[in-house]
Amino acid sequence: MDSEDEIGIDSGNSSDDEDYDFMQVDEIQRQSGNAQDPVEYPFEVLTTEEIVKHMLDCIAEVNNVVEIPATTTRILLNHFRWDKEKLMERYYDGDQEALFKAAHVINPYVKPKRESKTFRCSMMEDCDICFLKYQYTNMTGLQCGHRFCKSCWVEYLTTKIMEEGLCKSIACAAHGCDILVDDVTVMSLLTEPRVKTKYQQLITNSFVECNRLLRWCPSADCSYAVKVQYVDARPVTCKCGHVFCFECGEQWHDPVQCRLLRKWIKKCDDDSETSNWIAANTKECPKCNVTIEKDGGCNHMVCKNQHCKHDFCWVCLGSWEPHGSSWYNCNRYDEDEARAARDAQEKLRSSLARYLHYYNRYMNHMQSLKFEHKLYSSVKLKMEEMQQHNMSWIEVQFLKKAVDILCQCRQTLMCTYVFAYYLKKNNQSMIFEDNQKDLESATEKLSEYLERDITSENLADIKQKVQDKYRYCEKRRKVLLDHVHEGYDKDWWEYVE
Amino acid sequence: MSTGSPSERRLRKELMSLITTPTPGIRLDSDSISKNINEWIVEIDAAKGSLYEGQTFQLKFKFNDRYPFDSPSVTFIGQEIPEHSHIYSNGHICLSILSDDWTPALSVQTVCLSILSMLSSATKKERPPDDLIYTKTCSKDPKRTKWMYHDDTV
Ligand SMILES: [Zn+2]
Ligand SMILES: [Zn+2]
Ligand SMILES: [Zn+2]
Ligand SMILES: [Zn+2]
Repeated sequence: MDSEDEIGIDSGNSSDDEDYDFMQVDEIQRQSGNAQDPVEYPFEVLTTEEIVKHMLDCIAEVNNVVEIPATTTRILLNHFRWDKEKLMERYYDGDQEALFKAAHVINPYVKPKRESKTFRCSMMEDCDICFLKYQYTNMTGLQCGHRFCKSCWVEYLTTKIMEEGLCKSIACAAHGCDILVDDVTVMSLLTEPRVKTKYQQLITNSFVECNRLLRWCPSADCSYAVKVQYVDARPVTCKCGHVFCFECGEQWHDPVQCRLLRKWIKKCDDDSETSNWIAANTKECPKCNVTIEKDGGCNHMVCKNQHCKHDFCWVCLGSWEPHGSSWYNCNRYDEDEARAARDAQEKLRSSLARYLHYYNRYMNHMQSLKFEHKLYSSVKLKMEEMQQHNMSWIEVQFLKKAVDILCQCRQTLMCTYVFAYYLKKNNQSMIFEDNQKDLESATEKLSEYLERDITSENLADIKQKVQDKYRYCEKRRKVLLDHVHEGYDKDWWEYVE
Repeated sequence: MSTGSPSERRLRKELMSLITTPTPGIRLDSDSISKNINEWIVEIDAAKGSLYEGQTFQLKFKFNDRYPFDSPSVTFIGQEIPEHSHIYSNGHICLSILSDDWTPALSVQTVCLSILSMLSSATKKERPPDDLIYTKTCSKDPKRTKWMYHDDTV
């Protein structure tokens, strides 16, 4: 990591600071390593070149045991979704002929039936695509025996690759023949570099997509893939910085599980019409009715109307005052009140209200998370300013760290509302909601401080205050996640689905 | 004979073989090609013993300059559109070799044979269940339809 190197360089200033910073870095590493993963989850981030190498290694590994041409091995491995063990097992299981047939390749041990063709070397052959006559050497084909002229092959493969984007499943050009074209044949026939490159991309892509232990980084414009040793719902961090769940590919979503998250995302998509009107980014001040637009991540709103200046919470529109204290109740949907809705219509309305309650808070943290990226740039300016006031580079890193933690907390909070939506009420779910409330209130305080108050404080006080706030957030986040994980282990959670 | 684009060259070859060695039940309307080699009208006679015995249908083939690497657009035209569970009343045909399973080794003749065999295998004269909706909403060119094959055995 960069920061460690930087410490070595920068640590000449004062010995007190030096010890302190070392301690801090250790602490950060210990926490990020242990916070949510009791067992380490090893993974590697691969570049495109490394993916290709990994693919060739897989083929070579199988070829060491099974003596068949590498081209056939690649097709067989693709057929078994690159599960080497499964391929070996089936290969030695007995019916090899059935295996080759299922994978759409010709058994390489069987000599082609059309051997007699070689005796006709001097004769002319018809190409069934262009209907022209060619010498034997200008015609080619796969082991199935269907032969076409080379230029028709090139045209056929180019069409498949460029227009249909197929690669793992390009079959012989003969009608009704499902024998697959191997990669060596394709590469030897193609001449245009543009088509060759596209083909190689398609092959790599199908390798990653078929392989259970590989996943492309879902971040836009990122070309890395992550490789794991076993599939699990665990966070993996790409070299581009994106953290995602290996199992489902969504942004890392602890504490909610993949299945419920998928269900939630689908529900939100289906209900987009209802959600549109609540997702709107403007609201009215509950006191003076002036329209207020949210422009930052913080949910503590202060009405800009000079005569009003009402403090309120963006989410529940309640007065802000209680949100700062222990009886902050914005996160909890009042089930008792909902239960009071007796008749069917009321029930329907309450189930919508219940959904909207969670959806609103989920979307709100998502929105805030987007705004926090703006915060990185304002914090960067502050860091530069501090460095001009005799603080070292490493000393001002606490500010970036604070925004990192703020984003983590928002991400976690977002997912807690998905979890809470499906959660059946019991004693443990009440504890969960208390933890959620505490984390939310700590997060809003950190957010507000970073966004607003930081400019008015003197530099010396800032570091202490920010560190206190983000450490408290981290602590609340860990408490919440540990509690949910304990519940998974002990089967506390019941769901309403 | 070897003038023109590769697609025209191949079309001329197909034309020659249809005329010189005709397949029973498949007839080219030679007037149709006199204007434009990229549009053919072919008449097919339903096979003996099939539900359509005695009926003759007209197929319109349209080829683009990527033929035979790109599939032709094939539709029934004229007064009589066979009543079949894979043929829509506007003449569009739901047949996998005309889209996903097309290969350049297929030809006008093999397409006609496939359509004839599709007609022969019918056990009931009926339109596809979604005929009304499809014919109201589909594009003019059947090649733009993303076909969900009703039955993979055909
Ligand atoms: Zn073949
Ligand atoms: Zn050819
Ligand atoms: Zn990435
Ligand atoms: Zn997941």
